[in-house]
Amino acid sequence: MANLAQAIRLALHYGEENLGVTDIFGEDVGPPLGGVFTATQGLKTTWNTPLDERGIIGTALGIAYAGGRPVAEIQFCDYVFNCIDLLKLCGNAHWSSAGEYNVPMVVMTPVGSGIHGSIYHSHSFESIASHIPGWKIVMPSNPLDAYGLMLAALKEPNPVMYLAPKALLRVKGEELIPGEPADEKTLNQMINAPLGDRSGWAPNWPKVEDFTVPLGKAKVCREGQRATVISYGRTLPLCVTAADELRKEGLDFDVIDLRTLYPLDMATLQGSLRKTGRVLIVNEDTEVTNFGEHVLRRLIDTCFYDLEAAPVLLAGADVPGVGLAWELERASVPQQPDILAAMRKLASEKA
Amino acid sequence: MNMPRTAKDKAAKLAPELKLRIHDHMVQARLTEELLIRLVRGGQGYFWIGAPGEEALGVPLGLLIDKGEGPDHDYLHLHYRSSPTVLTMGAQPIDLLRQMRSTATDPYSRGRNFVNHFAIKAWNIVPVTPTIETQYTVGPGTAWVQKRHGGTGISIITGGDAGTAEGDFATCLNWSTRPGHELPVLILIAHNGYGISTRAAETQASPHLHERAGPFGMRHGEVDGNDPEACYFALQAAIDYIRKERKPFCLQANVSRLYGHSSSSGAQLIKDERDCLVEYEARLEKEGLLSKDAAEAVHERWRAHLKEAYQQVLQEPMPDSADIWKHIFAPAQEV
Repeated sequence: MANLAQAIRLALHYGEENLGVTDIFGEDVGPPLGGVFTATQGLKTTWNTPLDERGIIGTALGIAYAGGRPVAEIQFCDYVFNCIDLLKLCGNAHWSSAGEYNVPMVVMTPVGSGIHGSIYHSHSFESIASHIPGWKIVMPSNPLDAYGLMLAALKEPNPVMYLAPKALLRVKGEELIPGEPADEKTLNQMINAPLGDRSGWAPNWPKVEDFTVPLGKAKVCREGQRATVISYGRTLPLCVTAADELRKEGLDFDVIDLRTLYPLDMATLQGSLRKTGRVLIVNEDTEVTNFGEHVLRRLIDTCFYDLEAAPVLLAGADVPGVGLAWELERASVPQQPDILAAMRKLASEKA
Repeated sequence: MNMPRTAKDKAAKLAPELKLRIHDHMVQARLTEELLIRLVRGGQGYFWIGAPGEEALGVPLGLLIDKGEGPDHDYLHLHYRSSPTVLTMGAQPIDLLRQMRSTATDPYSRGRNFVNHFAIKAWNIVPVTPTIETQYTVGPGTAWVQKRHGGTGISIITGGDAGTAEGDFATCLNWSTRPGHELPVLILIAHNGYGISTRAAETQASPHLHERAGPFGMRHGEVDGNDPEACYFALQAAIDYIRKERKPFCLQANVSRLYGHSSSSGAQLIKDERDCLVEYEARLEKEGLLSKDAAEAVHERWRAHLKEAYQQVLQEPMPDSADIWKHIFAPAQEV
């Protein structure tokens, strides 16, 4: 089974061959490294840029204006903050020109904690990204969705922010990508660059196939009656594990993976909440003006009288960074025990 | 100075017909801008920012552009003082009046953006923004596509002297000169001596901003932006070099700012600035190409044109409030 980084690589390869991808670029994206997480190894349209995030985003916009289909990588989302106005331009080009121009571009960037990344390699970005209208925003939590969401992004005529949870980049999937060799070792031999000298290496790509996860479509990962848990990215599998644990206690949950943060799949969220009457949203971005607050507000707007208990947001601590020491990181972003406790508490609240 | 040879050729002369055409476009641009100023003063628009004083630079640029859509033609990353260029390319003054009044018929933004914020895909004019520097990061992207595509199309990035203080200017210098990946980019600095109200001399160590291109191995030069013929030759030389060599060039033109920064600073005529139109009319008269009466006839023709256009725009509808929901996302395409 491919891991999430390999799934992105396979999707970009499919995009190069079938969807008109012209440029995959960023810091260390091209050879010899192929990305600090190896997500761009062996791809034919990759190139390395100066260490200049504003140049990366601006150039992507220019390539898109000129008819290309760029995929720009910001090596860690922590370094995209000096590009907010450029991201805004990408998002408003279609609107401000009253439809004259559109911007088919993808910006992908690893997000979140989980690799001992300290203050400048652990940030979340979805809350700020969702404040920039004109972008669609996705975040996969498994390799198959990573593949399908990337293909959807590459088919979009609009800018798409592809947020990759870095804690899950090495996590293998449970479902094969269409065309992926069943044997993991075979896949690794085909598409992983060797250590050391790579100058003579070329990938032997498997014939991966079209598989698109539609933008704006959430996935119900576990079904239950007791409460609804909404998450995405790193915390999603933690929520699934917690639900499986609590099912042994007779507490069953709907666990929903948003997959696309913008546009939201409100129909799936509302349907679940109307069934369970209880909702917990879990993510690891800092809690003030957190994207989960927006989800809660929209659910309260439409499902207030369906609620049986106060809705809950479990998010990152409102502190300026994620500290390096495990004791600090653990206390900064939700961990498995925090999620388990929050789900148990929500399930036991009196109606 | 590092100008290509033709710009130094003192013997080079423009044909009389071209000189008169340049004059005609300069008048068109000046009178259009002055009407825009009157409109904003009269409450017929919310804000004005524009290019009176930059006609001697903008008109020749408009004449030299390879106009069209796609990488075979020039891409334009313009700032908000580019009306002489866009009008010379064939834009109609009435469309600027429409954008000033924020009508639903404004073809560039449908009432969403300030005047002089063009977006014309058929001519590769990418959306103009009120930011003063972002075009410097976007331009290398279109140039990158053009370099790969082949042909003679180039990417032209315009900005003011104040915008060069932003890091994006350095980004453009760097990305346009990567070894083996030099890009067909014209960086055109219209140096009017001010950043809003602050004199450039207070904020920039050198008045010769183009010299910053030198350490990047980029050719560069400086021209009198109040002399349309000098601008024509300098631009022609720079553009010819970029088209042929597929490498960048940085040209600084020292221009006037005749009505200040914008309507926010009153948009009053500043009389101690050089006026390129007055100077050029005197020169053409001296050369026997344009009498005072003939010049006045050009002014009168454009005044009448603009008056008629204005009357037309007054009849046109404003956007519907529900229009805010249009064009947030482009519709999905078959892939």
